[in-house]
Amino acid sequence: MKQLVRALVIVLVVSFGLLYIVNRLNTAQGYTGDNTLTVYNWGDYIDPDIISQFEEETGIKVIYETFDSNEAMLTKIQQGGTSYDIAVPSEYAIEKMKEDDLLLPIDHEKLPNLPYIDSRFLDLSFDEKNEYSIPYFWGTVGVLYNPAEVGNLDFNKWDDLWDPSLKNDILLVDGAREVIGFGLNSLNYSLNETNKDRLVEAKEKLDHLTPNIKAIVGDEIRLLMQNEEAAVAVLWSGIAQDVLWENESLEYVVPEEGSNLWFDNMVIPKTTKNPEAAHMFINYMLDPEIAAQNAEYVGYSTPNKGALNYLDEDTVNDERFYPDEETTESLEVYENLGKRMLAFYNDLFLQFKMHRK
Amino acid sequence: MGTKSRNYYLIPYVLWIALFVVAPILLVLYYSFFNIEGHFTLENYKKFFTPVYLKMTFSSFWYAFLITFFTFIIAYPTAYLLTKTKHKQLWLLLIIVPSWINLLLKAYAFIGIFGTYGAANKFLEAMGVGGKQILFTDFSFVFVSVYIFLPFMILPIFNALNDLNPSLIDASNDLGASPLTTFKRVIFPLTLDGVKAGCQIVFIPALSLFMLTRLIAGNRVITLGTAIEQHFLVTQDWGMGATIAVFLIIAMVIIMLLTGKRKSGMLR
Repeated sequence: MKQLVRALVIVLVVSFGLLYIVNRLNTAQGYTGDNTLTVYNWGDYIDPDIISQFEEETGIKVIYETFDSNEAMLTKIQQGGTSYDIAVPSEYAIEKMKEDDLLLPIDHEKLPNLPYIDSRFLDLSFDEKNEYSIPYFWGTVGVLYNPAEVGNLDFNKWDDLWDPSLKNDILLVDGAREVIGFGLNSLNYSLNETNKDRLVEAKEKLDHLTPNIKAIVGDEIRLLMQNEEAAVAVLWSGIAQDVLWENESLEYVVPEEGSNLWFDNMVIPKTTKNPEAAHMFINYMLDPEIAAQNAEYVGYSTPNKGALNYLDEDTVNDERFYPDEETTESLEVYENLGKRMLAFYNDLFLQFKMHRK
Repeated sequence: MGTKSRNYYLIPYVLWIALFVVAPILLVLYYSFFNIEGHFTLENYKKFFTPVYLKMTFSSFWYAFLITFFTFIIAYPTAYLLTKTKHKQLWLLLIIVPSWINLLLKAYAFIGIFGTYGAANKFLEAMGVGGKQILFTDFSFVFVSVYIFLPFMILPIFNALNDLNPSLIDASNDLGASPLTTFKRVIFPLTLDGVKAGCQIVFIPALSLFMLTRLIAGNRVITLGTAIEQHFLVTQDWGMGATIAVFLIIAMVIIMLLTGKRKSGMLR
């Protein structure tokens, strides 16, 4: 017993000792609550130079952490015990965070650079008046294909995917809303359809696509398309851009019937310890020059009108990644359909995956 | 030292088992009675007995069976030959070393090897067979799983064979049994416990594989593990995920009972 107590005491002493050292080290490097900013973002989703520039200009230390899915990010913030000052969720995750009261309202007075954001990306359904979120990047869901391999298909219609010549040649991204979504779009239904009959109809149509599907994968889709593993892939414009940088012979298109328009947005979680610095950071990211620099590094489409002047003309005029207003009007943003409906989408998606060739 | 102080030393183990074995299982059971809105319900259990999940259960068992079967077919002769080699321990080590490498890394390596322009297809082309789709097929899924589980099957079988008293085999030979009869009547029955242990170690994890189903099978193979992952991470329907887990746990207990050792002292 004595030994056990002694062991326990030693463990405690060592733990407190370590805690003290960590604290000392943090203070020595300037990491104290007042002048640090913890940013929680997707992996490889910011130009690291911008972080150093921000640190230099403001004297605030930035701690950068990454996540790989909205769900993972949500869970971590919900569980508490974190002190993220900035997070970058997608639109449907923001609706959820709003519902769960995890966000701090953003004070627009502290964001003098806000007017640089293109008005068509403001005041959207998931966060009216941008009370809680400021757009970071945006994009679409579309078809990436290899023109040399698909004959005269151009994928201006989703139905081109069902062409028998594409047997075993299509990769899909592993997302229920994306896949069921283009099934709905191909039938001219809304992406946010909640009529179960229509959803089942879309799923049955997708079942007929099974012979053409090679695989349903996650982030590997980027690697697989770079290696020309398949001729066609349905994916997000951001990944398409990455692949196009590596392999110029491919083509990206958003079919006419409509598709998804997505946004990643900066928010301030309630867990923040430094809302002042968080506002400064958001405003800094909205600066046209910085936004342009970031867009050049990340390669996604920036919602910052001012930044477009600093970007390469070819990039800005690339209709594939900067579609005009007319096109974006025909695209839909995901709405939070509620847990029940989302579960129904996922059940259908699971059944679709189980449908054998 | 009296019994009393000895009991104190049990505290860490009891705590460990209570916190990390019993409590999680009870939590899984608890969550399985709640629907997505957090109301108490048996709906999840009803849902499990719909064709979708029954089909999924069936396919999980089928693939786990295939994986275990092929692993066994390869592992037994390998283990047998290993016991006959001169530097047994060295060979054994060489077989075990790959299992130290992270599963994910191995899976990614296989994406490269089995890809359309990968080494396997280059080889097939050089042989004059012509390129084939290997990645994202049932074949690649079973092959990679077998590759990953192989060391876990070889080890217990090797131990069983290694502990076999050679005089029993000599006796069998002396009494006029053919090599085949010796194997059937002496060697195999005496190593059965090793085989059972190996099958258990392979079958149970194979039942709930989920990373490989996406990376190697491209979600063309859906197992219960995949469904659990999806319910917890994407749908956030923890209740349904927990329900599937409850059935997996039940299945595992049944398998443990079926393949459990009856005689003691044979296994290492």
